[in-house]
Amino acid sequence: MIALLTRDLRLAMRAGGGFGLGLAFFLIVVTLVPFGVGPQSELLARIAAGILWLGALLSCLLSLDRIFALDWEDGSLDLLATAPLPMEAIVTIKALAHWLTTGLPLILAAPLFALLLSLPEAGYKPLILSLFLGTPALSVIGTFGAALTVGLKRGGLLLSLLVLPLYVPTLIFGAEMARRGVEGLDFTTPLLMLAGITCGTIALLPFASAAVLKVNLR
Amino acid sequence: MSVKSLWEYANPKKFIQTTDRVLPWIAVLAVVSLVVGLIWGFFFTPDDFRQGSTVKIIYLHVPSALMAINAWLMMLVTSLIWIVRRHHVSALAARAAAPVGAVMTVIALATGAIWGQPMWGTWWAWDPRLTSFLILFLFYLGYIALWEAIENDDTAADLTSILCLVGSVFALLSRYAVNFWNQGLHQGASLSLDKEENVADVFWYPLLVCIAGFVLLFIALVFLRTQTEIRARRTRALLARERMG
Amino acid sequence: MGLNVSDLTIARGGIKVLEGVSFTLHAGSAIVLRGPNGIGKTTLLRTVAGLQPPIDGRVEADPDSLVYSGHADGIKATLTVSENLTFWAQVFGEADISNAIKAFQLERLASRPAGALSAGQKRRLGLARLLVTGRPIWVLDEPTVSLDVEAVGMFANAVRAHLARGGAALIATHIDLGLPEAEVLDAGQFRARAAALDDFDEAFL
Repeated sequence: MIALLTRDLRLAMRAGGGFGLGLAFFLIVVTLVPFGVGPQSELLARIAAGILWLGALLSCLLSLDRIFALDWEDGSLDLLATAPLPMEAIVTIKALAHWLTTGLPLILAAPLFALLLSLPEAGYKPLILSLFLGTPALSVIGTFGAALTVGLKRGGLLLSLLVLPLYVPTLIFGAEMARRGVEGLDFTTPLLMLAGITCGTIALLPFASAAVLKVNLR
Repeated sequence: MSVKSLWEYANPKKFIQTTDRVLPWIAVLAVVSLVVGLIWGFFFTPDDFRQGSTVKIIYLHVPSALMAINAWLMMLVTSLIWIVRRHHVSALAARAAAPVGAVMTVIALATGAIWGQPMWGTWWAWDPRLTSFLILFLFYLGYIALWEAIENDDTAADLTSILCLVGSVFALLSRYAVNFWNQGLHQGASLSLDKEENVADVFWYPLLVCIAGFVLLFIALVFLRTQTEIRARRTRALLARERMG
Repeated sequence: MGLNVSDLTIARGGIKVLEGVSFTLHAGSAIVLRGPNGIGKTTLLRTVAGLQPPIDGRVEADPDSLVYSGHADGIKATLTVSENLTFWAQVFGEADISNAIKAFQLERLASRPAGALSAGQKRRLGLARLLVTGRPIWVLDEPTVSLDVEAVGMFANAVRAHLARGGAALIATHIDLGLPEAEVLDAGQFRARAAALDDFDEAFL
């Protein structure tokens, strides 16, 4: 299992795309928002938490189809399926690798981008915390979507259509937590809900992803 | 005739024979109850003392909203049957119900907007109920798109049924998340078994007839569409057989 | 240890292609599967490997004794040859890749990125993977595609050595591998007959 994780990380590093692309996309979204809504810092401060959450979600979405597509094309997935690893472990590792290469860099870059959107000082801690709790769920749910569409030739658009509705609860609680943090309100309830969703998806969704992947390998 | 197991109708041929017999009756009943319910509701009920005549859109809004949810529930049940018992008719019935459910969702959203304009002064508000229905519509779209995208029928049935299961859980989660996110304008449930909370009797009886009409219409459409799916499936099987020689 | 296939019926794209497939593969022996394109050799091998369920019949083998190699080799272009092999060795819980490198004469290529290899060299790397898995039953689909004569010889030697160690191999191929001891199984004899048309049931035929 560790071998699979290190291989995926190494591939992401060497191919370049893994780390850089999602982060660059995040930066572009953050840059474009003021062009769209105007440069007033009071307005930006009010919507910063939501924009950062949306940006993180979209950059996460961008790299989902790479989770299985490359392994599918070169036959690795067939070989992994006959290897002594259970499919559930494979999809979990894949989701973890995706989070390490996409979610984690986003969390690390978020404070910098929050600065660009003049997020109030009180908002930093809850924003980072909410991203930290929420992005693993984004990766796990995204892995399920990637497993669903892996055999399809043009699965990219379909993948977004399938995954985005599944992201709704995570986005609501994540952004709500960050927003309450900005306004100085108590954010315990959304924090607990967000953590609950993340734990639930990590515990249960790999079984669905594995089942779906097995169907697609037939 | 002896008592038959429900599973006998899982045979495609048997399903087509049986539904062919009952389909005309269901269709006629659906039309009759819709006509009766709507005419009764539109012309023979008093205007609401606060809402005026706008209240009468309830005869389209409530039944379609009910069926939008019930259609998804039906898809959930038939998907489970496919996963557990692998009856093709079950999977095809789920496929057949999806567009009908999606249209019901659109009707509920549209009539809601038309009703909301005079009542709340806006076509759309990010009210929990409205938002949940919009999300439900997105789930329908994804489900239908996945069916269309996959060539192999059995693979498509497997994948969509798992998507339906996972989607149901997330749709429910979204419902609670949305409730938490925004407390809305929408009134509470218009119907419940507790008579005290209900709308007045004069509105209630024609509404029941309309709901019955929508249920029958839904059943008729699903039967018809399932038949079509079965025949399309058989055509593909026959063509493939021919190619094989 | 061994592989026993009995009365297997398999389908591709919902259509039965082979039925009544039965054979037994003993330790130390090899079976060469032959048959025209499209007869269902790949489907049969994937079913034996457990990648897809059969419609009917049984495959009896310890699932941890099989290793499958298909048309694609699962090679990552950005990893070097030895990194590729080490990865698969670790997945299968083995450590040593030197035997595999030697058997397919990959010594000089070991530190080169796999993306820089020629098609035949990639195939050799894909076959070397079999040796690092340490599994006794090889299920191989067209293993000699894009190999030159010399490399086919390497492959035949590797199979022979594997059989001598008590392994077994099920190989689908169109060419002569130079393995006279292997038993030949013609897939054509199992070709499925089209189903009768009078009634249709769950299978829609």
